[in-house]
Amino acid sequence: MATKSLKKLGSDLAKSNKQLEILSNGIFQNGELPTFKTKISETSQFPLQARKLEILQINVGYMCNQVCDHCHVDAGPDRKEIMTRDTMRQCLEVIKNSGAHTLDLTGGAPEMNPDFRWFVEEAAKVGIKDFIVRSNLTIIRANKKYYDLPDFFKKHNVHVVSSMPHWTRGKTDKQRGDGVFDKSIKALQELNDRGYGMPDSDLRLDLVYNPSGAFLPGDQAAMEKDFKKALMEDFGIQFHNLFAITNLPIARFLDFLIASENYEDYMYQLVEAYNPAAVENVMCTNTLSVSWDGYLYDCDFNQMLELPVNSKAKHISEFNEELLEGRNIVISQHCYGCTAGAGSSCQGSVA
Amino acid sequence: MSKNYYDAADLRKFGKITEWNEELGTKFFDYYGKVFEEGALTAREKSLIALAVAHTEQCPYCIDAYTKDGLQRGVTKEEMMEAIHVGAAIKSGATLVHGVQMMNKVNKLDG
Repeated sequence: MATKSLKKLGSDLAKSNKQLEILSNGIFQNGELPTFKTKISETSQFPLQARKLEILQINVGYMCNQVCDHCHVDAGPDRKEIMTRDTMRQCLEVIKNSGAHTLDLTGGAPEMNPDFRWFVEEAAKVGIKDFIVRSNLTIIRANKKYYDLPDFFKKHNVHVVSSMPHWTRGKTDKQRGDGVFDKSIKALQELNDRGYGMPDSDLRLDLVYNPSGAFLPGDQAAMEKDFKKALMEDFGIQFHNLFAITNLPIARFLDFLIASENYEDYMYQLVEAYNPAAVENVMCTNTLSVSWDGYLYDCDFNQMLELPVNSKAKHISEFNEELLEGRNIVISQHCYGCTAGAGSSCQGSVA
Repeated sequence: MSKNYYDAADLRKFGKITEWNEELGTKFFDYYGKVFEEGALTAREKSLIALAVAHTEQCPYCIDAYTKDGLQRGVTKEEMMEAIHVGAAIKSGATLVHGVQMMNKVNKLDG
């Protein structure tokens, strides 16, 4: 289990240009597999273009209490990139004035940003329809100062979306670290106690599943059924929906694929599972991702690859909804991760 | 051509058998797809049966395919190993139950 980020370790793969180079060379350069651009061109879906903005996803920092094996952010306790209150203020202006119906806070562990609570309180006042915080669950049990997070979330009617790789301890701890399963279970029980995840409750609690290795997620509905049955039988835990998310071949997951000699097979799997119907609803067409320092990206993955939006408005301070709508989405071979099978997005399957 | 009888990359080419007999190949793949759909048994249960049979048939392609399929469905390694033991038990049982035939023959021939 890793304890340091690739960045801290000084790994070559911590550099986005190195990752992009790998994704463009080898099997994609020699024509063994088609590039993503070629593939979507076959069905006249190139260029992918942004439609009306619906979801504003803000990454408030890469610091995290965990160092998960497959993290696409390469997050960890050693990451120091943290959004400042000034940038948050700029985001709030956009939230107030944009047509987005969903605000999605992510990280790292977003709760570790010192201005996280201030930001949630201010953003909740705007009255956005769906206000998501992506919580890793263990943060709630990591330190006393976080123990009241379930009450804080409830107070501001935050929609909690949490990672849960499996309903068994072994598979969860293998991916996310020793002790993560037990802490996650405890956190889920506390959220249930506040009414989160209960049937008919307005306090939304959804879980995110992503595979623990070099394989694609199974059918989302079937996985949800298995998760619900096991978590209820073993721990009396309830939740609303399960989002099955495909691991994209970037950052730590790319590092794992290469080190375990699974990279080519995994890319084959993604390309073979390519689904044009998933391209229609891919999340970059209705989402805008904001980085800790306020720059704009088509998605959180492009943010990590440092591929900025193809628009004159490149920073939250220059936000212009009209200018951003219709922009061409920046793509590379990692995009196959969102178009495989039933498709994948931060909200789960799309097709 | 590969010098090995089995090449893991050949599994990807399985669909190509249709190229040399489209009618039968297509019928096979249609049938195959239908068999693994959710029915009276769940797709997950079918996947575990397939994994056990893959081992008793000792088909390396099928073992690769249904190990991955199981992982995709959230099947644990403990469940996989138990399924294989079911296959192994039937294989060894099928060998040993023929012992009765041997015993019958001995009894007939040699009292």
